[in-house]
Amino acid sequence: MTGFRTLLYKEVLRFWKVSFQTVGAPVLTALLYLMIFSHVLETHVQVHGVPYTAFLIPGLVMMSALQNAFANSSSSLIQSKVTGSVVFVLLPPISYIEFFLAYVAAAILRGLLVGTGVLLLTMVFAVPALVAPMWAVVFIVLGGAIMGALGMVAGIWADKFDQLAGFQNFLIMPLTMLSGVFYSIHSLPDFWQQVSRFNPVFYMIDGFRFGFFGVSDVPPEVSLAVVATSFLLVSAATLVLLRSGYKLRS
Amino acid sequence: MRIAVAIDRVEKRFGSLLALAGVSLQIAEGEFFGLLGPNGAGKTTLISCLAGLSRPNAGKLTIMGHDVRSEYRAARRLLGVVPQELVFDPFFSVRETLRIQSGYFGIRNNDDWIDEILANLDLTAKANANMRSLSGGMKRRVLVAQALVHKPPVIVLDEPTAGVDVELRQGLWQFVQRLNRDGHTVILTTHYLEEAEALCGRIAMLKQGRVVALDTTRNLLARFSGQTLSLRLAGLAPLPQTLRASATESEGTWTFHLGGLAEIEPLLATLREAGCTIDDLRLTQTDLEDVFLGVMQGAGNPGETPPQ
Repeated sequence: MTGFRTLLYKEVLRFWKVSFQTVGAPVLTALLYLMIFSHVLETHVQVHGVPYTAFLIPGLVMMSALQNAFANSSSSLIQSKVTGSVVFVLLPPISYIEFFLAYVAAAILRGLLVGTGVLLLTMVFAVPALVAPMWAVVFIVLGGAIMGALGMVAGIWADKFDQLAGFQNFLIMPLTMLSGVFYSIHSLPDFWQQVSRFNPVFYMIDGFRFGFFGVSDVPPEVSLAVVATSFLLVSAATLVLLRSGYKLRS
Repeated sequence: MRIAVAIDRVEKRFGSLLALAGVSLQIAEGEFFGLLGPNGAGKTTLISCLAGLSRPNAGKLTIMGHDVRSEYRAARRLLGVVPQELVFDPFFSVRETLRIQSGYFGIRNNDDWIDEILANLDLTAKANANMRSLSGGMKRRVLVAQALVHKPPVIVLDEPTAGVDVELRQGLWQFVQRLNRDGHTVILTTHYLEEAEALCGRIAMLKQGRVVALDTTRNLLARFSGQTLSLRLAGLAPLPQTLRASATESEGTWTFHLGGLAEIEPLLATLREAGCTIDDLRLTQTDLEDVFLGVMQGAGNPGETPPQ
């Protein structure tokens, strides 16, 4: 497993060396969201009986973690493909399973690091309860894994940076922004509530938030089932892609 | 003698393009083997198939008896590849790059060997420099170092001296020759034919995905033995019609391939009779470049059996 360990180490070192951009920047962005939305809505809105700022914090933590998990594996792969340095990981005796595990684990770690940063900084404004921390951990790890694997698919599929940006802007961003980060889906019109239920990210956020407040839009067991199934499907697809050598080995 | 690399009827297609049309080669352990051919002949594709970067449509490749597909772990541990493109990972220093590359091959605590490679490639002073700050020649040397971290018995160098200055090229060859003397099998592709002539004991020439010549360097040179006479005529006068068929022209210089020195006198006599004055004249021994051009011009005719 030295191959896996080294690849994981390389992937973590890669984002850590530019942590100002890969960890610092997303934490600042989340902080700005919190300051703006809590300023506008704190005195007007309560969700599930929780003050709006506290309600918003877990959503922002999870959204940042998910987006950065995706960004980590996708940007690493596209960069090494475009510059040609991907050859350094294709020449050694590393199996496609080790390859998958290393990229996904690094993505989860970056997600956790960004999420923790957001949580610590936003706690200056409000301290959310944390009634069932295990649920929160399970959802952030599984969510990061799904996004890390999706990032691998996008990074392998895209030949150019703008194709990857398309994937990120037209799929990942809408899925994460329209997932109940900023609201409870019960506040939506019926039609949009039904649409939201087809978004797997909604279940990640809802389950994660349950870990904090012990209340959620759907039962956490349902969310876990949806998220776990999503993880298995995305992982299987990524592994099939890696095994075939698609766009990596001609 | 044991076989280091066996390539058996390997075919590779890219869409409608047949990049490798059934290549078979065997390279013995300890050989310094040259792979020559014009651009697009399939050299890099063949190396990619050997390294597992490309998957052949047919045929089999083994490294020290290990199939590159079914036993890829063993095969890749035995192979070190210096890629043609000048690639690097901009996030890391030279030492980090080499430590990481060692780890990919399952080797930890490899610093003694890394230091030795760095010293041999004159990179010690740059060990902690970021890859981005290195010159092209230094990046090339790091690529060589990366290929050697796991002490592979078979080393493939794909155009390693492209864009490298003379001094470094000499240093690199001394190092690679030492590795070869120590028992490493070396496979080299290069556009510098004088390098191949000086270094390689045996050479395969590829054209359009086929092996069109495969022999020891000495035999190849002997096959095209003779001299080359190049001359320029005063005032760029035209060459007499009777000599046209046996000459090739490039920028006013006519080149004749001679079977022996005895052919010179009649040639000069013909020029004298035609009233031509010679401006410049040079006589050279056949080198690998002549062999290469001869093979490439003669090869690829339908029905011709490639010499094996």
